[in-house]
Amino acid sequence: MDKIIRGRVWKYGDNVNTDVIFPGKYTYTVSDPKEMPQYALEDLDPKFADGMQPGDIIVGGTNWGCGSSREQAVVCLSEAKLGAIIAKSFARIYYRNCLNNALPAIVNPEAVDAVENGEIIEIDLSAGEIRCTGGTFTFPPLPEAVMEIFEAGGLIEHTKEKLANQQE
Amino acid sequence: MPQTFAEKILAKKAGLSRTVPGQIVEITPDVALSHDNTAPIYGIFQRMGGERVFDPDMHAIFIDHAAPAPTTKHAENHRIIRQFVAEQGIEHFFDVGRGICHQVLVEEGLALPGEVVLGSDSHTPHAGVMGAFGAGIGRSEMASIWAVGSLWLRVPESMKITVNGEFLPGVTAKDLALKVIGDLGADGALYMSVEWHGGAIEALDLSQRATLPNMMAEMGAKNSYIPPDAKVTAFLAGRAKRTFELVYPDPGAHYAQSYTYDAQSIEPMIACPHKVDNVKPLSDVAGTHVDQAFLGTCTNGRLGDLAAAASVLKGREIAAGTRMVVIPASSKVYLEALQAGHIETFLEAGAAIESPGCGPCMGNHMGVPAVGEVSISTANRNFRGRMGTKESEVYLASPAVVAASAVAGEIVHPKDL
Repeated sequence: MDKIIRGRVWKYGDNVNTDVIFPGKYTYTVSDPKEMPQYALEDLDPKFADGMQPGDIIVGGTNWGCGSSREQAVVCLSEAKLGAIIAKSFARIYYRNCLNNALPAIVNPEAVDAVENGEIIEIDLSAGEIRCTGGTFTFPPLPEAVMEIFEAGGLIEHTKEKLANQQE
Repeated sequence: MPQTFAEKILAKKAGLSRTVPGQIVEITPDVALSHDNTAPIYGIFQRMGGERVFDPDMHAIFIDHAAPAPTTKHAENHRIIRQFVAEQGIEHFFDVGRGICHQVLVEEGLALPGEVVLGSDSHTPHAGVMGAFGAGIGRSEMASIWAVGSLWLRVPESMKITVNGEFLPGVTAKDLALKVIGDLGADGALYMSVEWHGGAIEALDLSQRATLPNMMAEMGAKNSYIPPDAKVTAFLAGRAKRTFELVYPDPGAHYAQSYTYDAQSIEPMIACPHKVDNVKPLSDVAGTHVDQAFLGTCTNGRLGDLAAAASVLKGREIAAGTRMVVIPASSKVYLEALQAGHIETFLEAGAAIESPGCGPCMGNHMGVPAVGEVSISTANRNFRGRMGTKESEVYLASPAVVAASAVAGEIVHPKDL
């Protein structure tokens, strides 16, 4: 996992729900993670899927990812190599899905207010810093139990290791 | 130190004497609920190196989200699920036609007081109607539970909502849920455990009570709980699949937030497009034309909901230019509605009855709207695009209001028909 993330900001508002991030009509017809990025944010920002570059950063308001538990709403972004999501707050299942897919999800209301749409910003995961034109903002590290999953590269890898250890 | 329901049950499951909000605990759930997403979860399970599930008896698997299969692709998804169930020897499996996971889990005596239900569905808090701790999780997390039997949870802060007094005639738990969500917002209970207390909640039947924890997902809650009373224990007598222990919050427990409502002050409410917290009194939007009325879902597809709609539709016809789709939440509800004469009432009024399941709620099939159309629905979500196209509008209301609006062809209070 890269400790420094640098990318362009795609900024959105409050209560962005999983139906606009990854529409429900695709949930049982699109199952290959590689096919998911083309539908990312389809009903929120039709320019996103084609325009985003690996390392780009989504900046959202409060309750980002509310609604359905569908993990595709995270996978469609992690698979596209999105750098991180910074929000004022996250819906809880969405937040868990981010960590479980090793997609940095950072809560920092001040940074959200300071960051401009389209600007290039930097996130230093080890220092816990967001650096943008509007200033530098700090965030606390993840809880230890969660960091373990994150460092394994996600829950799938983490469980894989756990299972392998059990079998030894 | 006195504990809330969430603190107490997570302590019990983690083998601790107590927990505090923010603490991370590792627990083994009593129930691992999955639905049509069982097939993709199985794929993740295999990528994790999983071969045999940790405990087949922990599983409760339902085919409900697109059932019966609308396309070959969906049918293939179902086929994989049946194969997985047979291979792993999973007993609690409910195939096409049995109904919606949250409703059937309760009917089958698998949602029990003092137990933890984790589900790969955001409306898993529904199980709180039985005094269980129900929380939604992601697909990878579910696959991990299948593999190793446990998952980390953060002990949530708790919110206490007390509802006193009596509801006015025609006002339901749906109106209360919408009122609270409108007041507190879509993130009003983010990460929290929402407990419902007070005389007005105790007076509700179980069918209506279920709407409350079900809809707390729309306020960001992790779980929601109604203290199990004699109605719950009577319902579970002869039905519960396991012995259970009732868990109650301690008197004097600390709640991060507390709210009190007077039931009498609640009027029929409606959630307007495109957010569940865009809630208005029904009178504000009366007269809005509706193309389709949908009665069903885990929120409001139970016998009491169908009865309330049937009492409005009895002897009436659905308006020209409007159609109505009715989907009982389960086969059991369907049968009881049939025996009570409600199905006859719906057919005579001109409604289409579909097989138990989620139907058009998330845009899969059985009544998705056309571009530009307006739906009124008893479901829990009205996000843009939710029912299939982002170029349509969805209003959320109680069963009686949905039925009355079908008759009038526009949003209307049943008493104004």
